[in-house]
Amino acid sequence: MRIGVVTFPGSLDDGDAARAARIAGAEAVRLWHGDPDLHGVDAVVLPGGFSYGDYLRCGAIARFAPVMESIIKAANGGLPVLGICNGFQVLCEAHLLPGALTRNQHLHFRNRDQWLRVQSVDTAWTNGYTEGQEILIPVKNGEGCYVADERTLDALEAEGRIVARYIKGNPNGSQRDIAAITNEAGNVVGIMPHPEHAVEALTGPSLDGLGFFTSVLRALAGATAGGQQSGGHQ
Amino acid sequence: MARVVVDVMLKPEILDPQGQAVANALPRLGVTDVSSVRIGRRIEIEFAGEADLDRAREIADKLLANPVIEDFDIRVTEDA
Repeated sequence: MRIGVVTFPGSLDDGDAARAARIAGAEAVRLWHGDPDLHGVDAVVLPGGFSYGDYLRCGAIARFAPVMESIIKAANGGLPVLGICNGFQVLCEAHLLPGALTRNQHLHFRNRDQWLRVQSVDTAWTNGYTEGQEILIPVKNGEGCYVADERTLDALEAEGRIVARYIKGNPNGSQRDIAAITNEAGNVVGIMPHPEHAVEALTGPSLDGLGFFTSVLRALAGATAGGQQSGGHQ
Repeated sequence: MARVVVDVMLKPEILDPQGQAVANALPRLGVTDVSSVRIGRRIEIEFAGEADLDRAREIADKLLANPVIEDFDIRVTEDA
């Protein structure tokens, strides 16, 4: 299985995301922001960082990168896409996910190990977890406060599309403690904390993040074996 | 040359922590009669020829503002 990792000008965590994909057992394929060719990858990770210097709004300019035009089209066709931190911001700007990420309510950059509760295991990226599982992965953001109108928040709750919530303290003021959400089909997931930084004992607080990368391999294997997309949302 | 000005503001229901931080600093200047501060962004677009308001509106809607959290308004300035 080939997992593509996009590098935008200003991406920081593309190397770690590629490494996490390899540790999970995938082949990591580096994708360049200026190249619309997805090189036949089976899934895509949009990594953390400060694409285009976070100018205008986080993710606003990255959304119009040539590679994003291809990713938006492919994601609408079912390609699994995981946006981490800045990648989550790009997915919201690209309207692949609802809502927006705004300045942390307390205005401070937050960098710490963060407990989350996995709320939905029906996505391509979380099928390897158990519902209600508590995981510890690093969070590091200045603009991670998730906002959406009440109707959107209610719909996300009702449809089981809140993938993970912050527990034991909300690091940025996100509405309803939202740390991660998914689209209706369950193939696109955006998460503010960094699962790719929690895949090895040497460098992370746990191995809890690896499940995102092994989950997508399982979803892809299921899709190949069963002839249909697994990980779809009920 | 024609200049179009785009003002982008957070929607009223979206919390503006930057504006709050500024409002909280005002008493230190001796200002006590300001009840609220909200911060937005002014963007100036220069067209090579005639000002094209439709074009400017498209630019604002697609890129300059995020309609999920922000409103914008646009106008042509005379002093371009």
